[in-house]
Amino acid sequence: MSLEASEVKKIAHLARIAIREEDVAGYAESISSILGLVEQMDAVDTSGVEPMAHPQEAVQRLREDVVSEPNQREKLQANAPAVEAGLFLVPQVIE
Amino acid sequence: MQWETVIGLEIHAQLATKTKIFSGAATAYGAEPNTQACAVDLGLPGVLPVLNKETVRMAVKFGVAIGAQLDSRSVFARKNYFYPDLPKGYQISQMDLPIVGVGELQIEMEDGESKTIGITRAHLEEDAGKSLHDDFHGQSGIDLNRAGTPLLEIVSEPDLRSAKEAVVYAKKIHSLVRYLEICDGNMQEGSFRCDANVSVRPVGQKEYGTRAEVKNVNSFRFLERAINFEVERQIDLIESGGTVAQETRLYDANKNETRSMRSKEEANDYRYFPDPDLLPVVIEASFIEAVRADLPELPDEKKARFIEEFSLSAYDAGVLTASRELAAYYEEVNAVCGEPKLAVNWVMGDLSGLLNKEGKEIGESPVSAQRLGGMLQRIVDKTISGKIAKEVFEAIWNGEGSADEIIAKKGLKQITDSGAIEGIIDEVIANNPNQLAQYRDGKEKLMGFFVGQVMKASKGKANPGQVNQLLKSKLKG
Repeated sequence: MSLEASEVKKIAHLARIAIREEDVAGYAESISSILGLVEQMDAVDTSGVEPMAHPQEAVQRLREDVVSEPNQREKLQANAPAVEAGLFLVPQVIE
Repeated sequence: MQWETVIGLEIHAQLATKTKIFSGAATAYGAEPNTQACAVDLGLPGVLPVLNKETVRMAVKFGVAIGAQLDSRSVFARKNYFYPDLPKGYQISQMDLPIVGVGELQIEMEDGESKTIGITRAHLEEDAGKSLHDDFHGQSGIDLNRAGTPLLEIVSEPDLRSAKEAVVYAKKIHSLVRYLEICDGNMQEGSFRCDANVSVRPVGQKEYGTRAEVKNVNSFRFLERAINFEVERQIDLIESGGTVAQETRLYDANKNETRSMRSKEEANDYRYFPDPDLLPVVIEASFIEAVRADLPELPDEKKARFIEEFSLSAYDAGVLTASRELAAYYEEVNAVCGEPKLAVNWVMGDLSGLLNKEGKEIGESPVSAQRLGGMLQRIVDKTISGKIAKEVFEAIWNGEGSADEIIAKKGLKQITDSGAIEGIIDEVIANNPNQLAQYRDGKEKLMGFFVGQVMKASKGKANPGQVNQLLKSKLKG
């Protein structure tokens, strides 16, 4: 399976990764070879095998419903590029 | 052409936990921005989600209540999208193995016809934060208090055939989650949100038409209007040669219309995959059984019991049991006065009327169930008539005390002494010789006039039954 340049650009866009035009062909080739590997695995008969959701043979531990995280807004916002009235400011979001 | 409407609902019920689904930050409504958003909710590097046990218990409770298939294994998945209200770049949700599988719900329409609505699934997921688009120097403000709040998304089959059915179904789910005490149901605060998948098809056609998803509906009234608008829009569109686009549309309550959301580019390419940060959740059979044992009496069971135990009509029982609080209130009134039908009339009549008028919930009623029951007792033992009771009720509502206190203070005790009533009647007859003559000439309609005069003279306190009886014999002469 071989990816088109347009598909590579779409994947990059969905992941919000900026890529250079001259690198597109290279990415197409490496992603295609990964997909080739997946295709190969796809040939294995897996009927009767329970789909794996996690590589570890373990079960999710659950937390009691008790508040453990106090307000730390000041500390947490110290990193933010812009803050106003307790809000994080980000580039305008258009609906 | 005859068209058939097809609707499926996606309901997001905010679970009434103290903390978020994957972090120990509080979920209280109305806190200062970002004071309930911890490192996990902010998606800071290195943090890990830990599932809140209470969310699992609540979801299972819902599943048990709708008789759903509950698999022992449940898996969380990442739903990828970039939007600053979820800084991780994905929402943790469920895809292949939701916590609650296929179930169903019985709904009853106004005409008494009942219908079974399939529930495809219900899954756990985290809510997003809020974006404020007021002008922050050309930027948006982000409040992440709501990010990570637990939601149970309840997805119905496309089994609903009208806006009315959709509303009845949504109200039933609303009533159920409140009975189960897993969601406060507050639609204004967004704790209970409905999205409707709406499509139309020619009557008789098997395939579904293309559906549009209607969002932003925050009341049952708007849900009905939004669906009706959308159905008409689609029919008009198709009949004038167009085609319905599969898209998300926002309902605008002010204009009563739905509008296409400027499609977030490729927003539907969510690329779900199992979240490697969370292990599969295993739900033991013993856990499910413990939840089942702890289930309260559900609306349908309570309704059936009210019909059986209090001989109520299906309609009355349905209205009373739609809310757990109202049902409890009614039962308390009934326990005090011992007259189920009288209690229904007052709870659904005068009390509900005043509550509606003042926009109050039953929990905020200024008249307690004990006080209303106490007043009804005085009707039952004939201390007051039903008419005087209205005056007493108003006084209780205005905080003037209990029925007995008000009756004593205002001297409203009913006159049941025949001698006293006869005295009043004699006086009324003596004062109205003309009417008396006409009555005796056969104008029997004047009976009403005399009853009115006697009641007026007794300031409404004479026992109406006795007045009727005594008056009749006296008028005959």
